[in-house]
Amino acid sequence: MIVIGYGVRLKVWGDYACFTRPEMKVERVSYDVMTPSAARGILEAIYWKPAICWKIDRIHVLNPIRFDNIRRNEVLGKISAGNVKSALKGGDVSLCQDATEDRVQRASLVLRDVCYCIEAHFDLTEKAGPEDTVEKHYNIALRRLRKGQCFHHPYFGCREFPVQFECIEGEIPASCHRGNQDLGIMLYDIDFADDMKAVFFRASMVDGVIDVQTCRDGGVFS
Amino acid sequence: MSEIIQNRYEFVLLFDIENGNPNGDPDMGNMPRVDPQTGYGIVTDVCLKRKIRDYVEMVKGDEQGYEIYVKSGAVLNNQHKKAYDHLGIEPSKNKPKDMELTKFMCRNFFDIRAFGAVMTTEVNCGQVRGPVQINFSRSMDPIFQQEVTVTRCAVANEKDAEKGQTMGKKQIVPYALYRAEGYISANLAQKTTGFTEDDLDLLWDSLVNMFEHDHSASRGKMSARKLIVFKHNSALGCCQSHILFDKINVERLSGDLPPRSFGDYTVTIAKDMPDGVEMIEKL
Repeated sequence: MIVIGYGVRLKVWGDYACFTRPEMKVERVSYDVMTPSAARGILEAIYWKPAICWKIDRIHVLNPIRFDNIRRNEVLGKISAGNVKSALKGGDVSLCQDATEDRVQRASLVLRDVCYCIEAHFDLTEKAGPEDTVEKHYNIALRRLRKGQCFHHPYFGCREFPVQFECIEGEIPASCHRGNQDLGIMLYDIDFADDMKAVFFRASMVDGVIDVQTCRDGGVFS
Repeated sequence: MSEIIQNRYEFVLLFDIENGNPNGDPDMGNMPRVDPQTGYGIVTDVCLKRKIRDYVEMVKGDEQGYEIYVKSGAVLNNQHKKAYDHLGIEPSKNKPKDMELTKFMCRNFFDIRAFGAVMTTEVNCGQVRGPVQINFSRSMDPIFQQEVTVTRCAVANEKDAEKGQTMGKKQIVPYALYRAEGYISANLAQKTTGFTEDDLDLLWDSLVNMFEHDHSASRGKMSARKLIVFKHNSALGCCQSHILFDKINVERLSGDLPPRSFGDYTVTIAKDMPDGVEMIEKL
């Protein structure tokens, strides 16, 4: 049984954002706008339970799309699970990462001065029990949005780009964009049920508004 | 080990630099980082995290549970080859579960408890998110980047011997006051990494003292000037973080002259806190 929940609307803004294009993720290049999966991540940082799943309806792009380049020293590689296992068993292995040897300089092309409005709703999932009513979850989410509460602080794509957020109770502020804009193929979300398959959709923006569900109805790719 | 943190925090750190380079930009020949649109100086999050790690490594040394995963400089054999205290987990033939590996890493490494780390073990992109997050620091005014040419009265190559000296460059900011903002999410500490009250105290110490132990020819005079902590009375928090950040205002007093010392600024902290938020001035 799928029950459609109530919608929420929130304004999110920040100095920087990086919604990394998967095809250019070594030297990160951001999409022009927020992806639906990033918007879902922001909502989940504020409120989420296994009983609900957030669906993004519309993303309003309020500010001009501008980029900046930032190059940083980063490390290559990840913690090897094999080494940790061996250390856990008392093995004689190195666990730390040497930042001078493993170093690489990478540029990121990030967005500047972003401001979006997210319109979203949640559906109840199969994990919803008898006490999980849409009213309950809606009210908790709304309360947290109004009070600025969050489970962990939401971010725009990368954790160094924090999100400021507030609930929109009145009109959605006007966007600076006019006309139709084709944003090309964008990541819609990762399908965690299907072996983390990436799902893409053709995004288009009309007067600054990306109608995610309409674009999605136009077809998805993976 | 002390209790895992129960409260959400935000913090603002003001630090300044005199005649040094707080964070060089590899794209710009190591000139101090600057926001090209506004001319304001930038110090990246990872730059400050590096200093926090270095401070903790220095203070805690080899102490159990305070190792640093992402090290700088030479790795000393005795640091990574020591026997781990398994804290109840006996070495066994059974294959450890992924969660056990993550817990083990969190327990042993301060920087993983604080900032998280990318592990191959977790399914969700292999990422452990830590509770502590810092944003890019920004200077209060546009900075002036200066390149200073220096000479060395020795040469590196024999073929240059008749020149007698070599020229070098130093990149400096005459003065800048930077503002860093950060977030600590108690929920991530509780659910994932186990970041404790002791760890939190150590983090505050490191923010106050990290520049004291990071002096070098390029840094000049860097110091932490103010550390203001906002403590919410719950894990979820009581108000939006930007409202709290707006409580701290930094104004320039030097008029038309460019700022050259901390005395050229005045910091005002509004005392009216939203319900449930306590402001603590650590410095």
